[in-house]
Amino acid sequence: MTPDLLKDLNIAASESVLALGGLVLLMIGAFLGEKSARLVSILSVALLIAAAAVAATGPLGVAFNGAYVADPLAIYGKVAIYIASAVAVVLGGGWMQRERIARFEYPVLIVLAAVGMGMMVSSGDLISLYVGVELHSLALYVLAAYHRDDLKASEAGLKYFVLGALSSGLLLYGASLIYGFTGSMRFDEIAAYATANPGPGLIFGLVFLICGLAFKVSAAPFHMWTPDVYEGAPTPVVAFFTTAPKMAAMVLFARALSEGFLEAHNQWAQVLILISLASFVVGAWGGLAQKDIQRLLAYSSIANIGYAILGIAAGTEAGLQAMIVFMTLYMIDTMGFFAILLSLSRNGRPIRSIADLAGLKTDRPVTAIAITVLSLSVLGMPPLSGFWGKYYVFGAAASAGYWMVAAAGLVASVVAAFYYLRIIKLMWFDAAPEGVAKTDMAPVESQWIGWACAAFAFPLVIVGLTWLEPATRIAASGFGAG
Amino acid sequence: MEVGLQHYLAVAAMLFTIGVFGIFVNRKNVIIILMSVELILLAVNINFVAFSTYLNDVQGQIMAMFVLTVAAAEAAVGLAILVTFFRNRGDIAVDDASVMKG
Repeated sequence: MTPDLLKDLNIAASESVLALGGLVLLMIGAFLGEKSARLVSILSVALLIAAAAVAATGPLGVAFNGAYVADPLAIYGKVAIYIASAVAVVLGGGWMQRERIARFEYPVLIVLAAVGMGMMVSSGDLISLYVGVELHSLALYVLAAYHRDDLKASEAGLKYFVLGALSSGLLLYGASLIYGFTGSMRFDEIAAYATANPGPGLIFGLVFLICGLAFKVSAAPFHMWTPDVYEGAPTPVVAFFTTAPKMAAMVLFARALSEGFLEAHNQWAQVLILISLASFVVGAWGGLAQKDIQRLLAYSSIANIGYAILGIAAGTEAGLQAMIVFMTLYMIDTMGFFAILLSLSRNGRPIRSIADLAGLKTDRPVTAIAITVLSLSVLGMPPLSGFWGKYYVFGAAASAGYWMVAAAGLVASVVAAFYYLRIIKLMWFDAAPEGVAKTDMAPVESQWIGWACAAFAFPLVIVGLTWLEPATRIAASGFGAG
Repeated sequence: MEVGLQHYLAVAAMLFTIGVFGIFVNRKNVIIILMSVELILLAVNINFVAFSTYLNDVQGQIMAMFVLTVAAAEAAVGLAILVTFFRNRGDIAVDDASVMKG
């Protein structure tokens, strides 16, 4: 091997570790059969943590002729994504054992999706962008339909697949136009060309690319798949969907736009502002009538993606930092929400509808407090963690001159407050209906993960921000640096 | 008449549009949706190869290879999901995928 190849492989070490480890885990599973589910789960958690450590300590730089970029933003994104994936494996492992559908494919699929997400956050050209997006999407389609004897799950998988394939097509068509009109796949060369001669063809391609990516992050008006997939797919899979892939797609969004098209900011900022306004409206008003908790969280995630996109639309370093802070805090909040949802059941049946939460305070006071903290945090109540995310985003949007959009975001938060407050009211002020069984013993892992996330949302976030602030500042400023 | 870049782009744009309409207008069968997805990806491939020849740059053809590979993987995953859906539902009409609404 030439020294150049070795150097490149060293820069891309975390993906290599994950990809090879994923294949080894697949072989272990294939040889040991169904009973290896637990072993493969444990090994894949170790593998994901190891990959996060490799990414955090690895060298910065650009590899494979600019196709792969390891800058502070990519490192930050990767560490967050790998840790979230590891938590999703832990949550899913226990749940699937209890549901008697434990199979070794689940952790392997998450590891393979993590490889794709790692490629996404460090893609330096359109080829690695597309391959990364597809690698993670193909694993996610299968995960959505993971409960294969369940009609709802397979329907969710089918819908996700069809709309996901369509969005990949849009993204790819946009990529082909961008390539054709600039003559290069690399973001830095595209940027150099776009600065010199921006044309309608380029903007046309860019709009297609934005539409494809907006599908992946479930921003309105490309959100149609989200409520159905969130309702139908298994709960731990949904917990995974709302965290790691969203983070990866948002970082990719930010990278493609601010690295490849910074000069065309005026053009894409308009599109992103429209998308984020639409997400506010759909997320806030759409959630009002929901009865299923997971469906409600789908609308909540649509609204929250609107805030993150507003951060990118600002087009400044502060906006980028705001987006990263917001996504990190949001990931922790939703992970906690889903972990707690997984820990609640009555007579062995999971709690699915919001009305089932009534009277939780007598049964499970600590869990009720945790849900209250997480709801208030997602709603953006100061000084909980969700407030700080929105504080950064609105600050960045306002200083970039988008006062009106920030104000619309505030209105949407107030409307969305209704459904979070309804959950709190049901738990604390309504009694459980007559004849409803008490909640079952909670599984240890999901309960503790849920409590830990709630503890982070408040009060640990005050301490957390003191290291999150410099970390995200470095991530946002060192774009493409090597 | 010489066949130039714009002719290839026009064909690709038409195929792409047919593919997108095939997904949205078709109310009968999920298999037709899979075929439409394939059509979209092939339209994009025509774009890439046409641009690659026009620009005298090999990257577009490399991308076309990747797209072909991914299209095969996507068809495999799509059919697998379709099989589980068929087992649970007993039918693959598009209108049947409607247990969840709202």
